Amino acid sequence: MPMSFSAEIFFLIPLAIWAVRALQKFLELPTRLPRWNWLLGKVWVPGVALVLAAWLFKIKSRQLDEIYLLFLLVVLVALLLRLRHYRPARTLLLAVVPYTVYSAVELLLALGAPGFLKEYDDVFDTSRAFAMIWLVTFFFIARNQKKQLEKERVEREQEEQEKQRITGQNVELERLVSERTASLTQQTEELRFALSELKTTQTQLIQSEKMASLGELTAGIAHEIQNPLNFVTNFADVSAELLSELEEEQQRPTRDLDLEAELLRDLKQNLTKITHHGQRASSIVRGMLEHARTSNGERHPTDLNNLADEYLRLAYHGLRAKDKTFNATITTFFDPSLGNVNVVSQDLGRVLLNLFTNAFYAVQKRQHDPAIPADYVPTVSVSTLRRAAGQVEIRVQDNGIGIPEAIRQKIFQPFFTTKPAGEGTGLGLSLSYDIITQGHDGTLTVASEVGEGTEFIVTLPQ
Amino acid sequence: MMMKILVVDDEADVRVLFEQRFRREIRSGLFSFSFAYSGEEALTYLHGHASEVVLILSDINMPGMSGLELLRRIRQEYQEVPPPPPQVMMITAYGDDTSRQQAMQLGANDFLTKPVDFTALKEKLSLIASHENEDSGS
Repeated sequence: MPMSFSAEIFFLIPLAIWAVRALQKFLELPTRLPRWNWLLGKVWVPGVALVLAAWLFKIKSRQLDEIYLLFLLVVLVALLLRLRHYRPARTLLLAVVPYTVYSAVELLLALGAPGFLKEYDDVFDTSRAFAMIWLVTFFFIARNQKKQLEKERVEREQEEQEKQRITGQNVELERLVSERTASLTQQTEELRFALSELKTTQTQLIQSEKMASLGELTAGIAHEIQNPLNFVTNFADVSAELLSELEEEQQRPTRDLDLEAELLRDLKQNLTKITHHGQRASSIVRGMLEHARTSNGERHPTDLNNLADEYLRLAYHGLRAKDKTFNATITTFFDPSLGNVNVVSQDLGRVLLNLFTNAFYAVQKRQHDPAIPADYVPTVSVSTLRRAAGQVEIRVQDNGIGIPEAIRQKIFQPFFTTKPAGEGTGLGLSLSYDIITQGHDGTLTVASEVGEGTEFIVTLPQ
Repeated sequence: MMMKILVVDDEADVRVLFEQRFRREIRSGLFSFSFAYSGEEALTYLHGHASEVVLILSDINMPGMSGLELLRRIRQEYQEVPPPPPQVMMITAYGDDTSRQQAMQLGANDFLTKPVDFTALKEKLSLIASHENEDSGS
C-alpha cells in the first residue's frame, strides 16, 4: 500500500515518547504535576489517532508530522507555562518558544501559501537553524540551572540535616546537663546529710571519750573518796569514845582536869578533821561531775596547781585499780607564784588527766618489759611554772617507754592510738590538742626519746 | 613490856587517828606507836630502830615505794636472826584476793582491809603483845 502521507511521523511518535520520558524526569513531573505527567504518558495517542484519521479519511497531506510536532511543542509550551515558577522550566520555555513559533509559521505557510515558502526557502532554513541552535543552547543552560538547583538543594538538605543533628545534640546535651545537675544536687544533699551525721557522731564521740576516761577513773575516784570517808567515820567513832570517856571522867569524885582538857582539845580537833575529810570527798565528787558535764566553754580563774594535783591522784589510782602490782614515784614541782589562771577548768582537767594517764601507761609498759633493770623506778613528774613573760607552763614528764619518731608525728591525729583495740579511743590527745590550741590559744608540744621517756609541755598565754 | 608498833601510811591524819584510838593503851604503856609517811621513810626508821620495832602496820597503796615493796625489803633484810624479824600487817583499800595472795607470798603476817576495824585490830595487837611478853618472860 503506497503511503500517501509523510512517514516521518512514525519516527516522531517514539521520539515523542522518549522526549516525554526525559522531560518527566527533567522537570520532576510525577511530584510537581502528577495529572500532566499521566496525560503526557499518553502522548503517542494523538499521533496514532492522527495517522489513523489520515488513513481512514484518505487525507493526503505531507504536513502530518509537522502538525504532530507542533502539537507536541504547544503541549510543551503549555506545560512549561504551568511550571514557570521553576527556573529550569522557564529557561526551557525560552528555549522552545522560537522553534514553536517557527514551526507554527512554517506550517501555516505550508498549508496556506506553499509558494511563498518555496521562495524564501533559504530564510526559513536559516531561521530554523537559528531556532534549533537557540533551543539547544537554552536547553543546556536549563540543564545547568537544574544541576545548580539540584546542588543547592542537596546543600540545603545537608545543612538541614546538620542543623537537625546539632539540634539533636543540643537536646542531648541539655538532657545530660540536667541529669548531671540532678545527680550533683543529690550528691550535695547526701554530702550535707553525711556532714551533719559526722558532726553528731563527733559530738557523741567526744562525749563517749569523756565517759571512757571517766570509766578508767572510776576505781581511782572510788579509792580517793573511800579514804576521806574512812577518816570521817573513824574520827566520828573515836569522838564518841572520847565523849564517853569525858562523861566518865566528869562522874568521878576526883576529876582529872588536865585529862578533860586534853579530851576536849582532841574532840575539837576531830571535828575539824571530819569537816576537812568531808570536804575532800565532796571536792572529788564535784570534780568528777565537772569532768562528765558538757563544757560550757566559760573560763574561770582556776588554781592550776590544785587541779593538776587532783587529776594526778585520780589518774594514778585509776591505773592502780586495774594493775595492783603497779607503783610509781610521783614528783611534783608546783610553782607557788602561779596564782589563778583563767581557763575552762573541766576542759583543762581533761587535758591533764589525759597526759597523766598516758604518762602512767608509759611507765607501766616499761616496767613490764622483761629486759628492764631491777632498779628501775617508774617516775611521773608534774611541774608548773609562771614564766617571766607571763605565760603559764605545765610539764608532764615520765621515764616510760618513749614515743618513736614515726608515731610522734601522728599522736595528735584523731583516732590514732597505739593501745590495743577497746583500750583507747584514739581521741584523748587529739581532743587535748584542740582544747589547748583552739580553746585556750596555747600550745601543746611533745619531746620524747625511746627508752628514756616523754615530756609534754602545755603553754598557756598570759 | 611496851610493844613498839610502826605505822606506815601516806595519809598524815592516820597518826592522829591511831593516837586517839589507842589512847588508853598508849597511856597505860602497853603500846608505843611510831609513824612513817612512805616506804622509804619506814626503811630509814627501821635501820635506826631495828631491834625495837615488833610490829609494822603498812598501807599497800602509797606513792613511791609501795607497801608490798617495803614488805619484800623487810623480809630480805631481816632474814637472819637475831634480832627476830618484825611482824608485818598489810592494810589496803583494795581487799581483793590477788593483793591478799601477793602480800601473803611476800611474807605478810596478816592482811587487813580499809576501813580498819579498830576493835578487831586492838584484839589482834593485844594478843601479839601477850605472846611477846610470854616469850620475853620465858
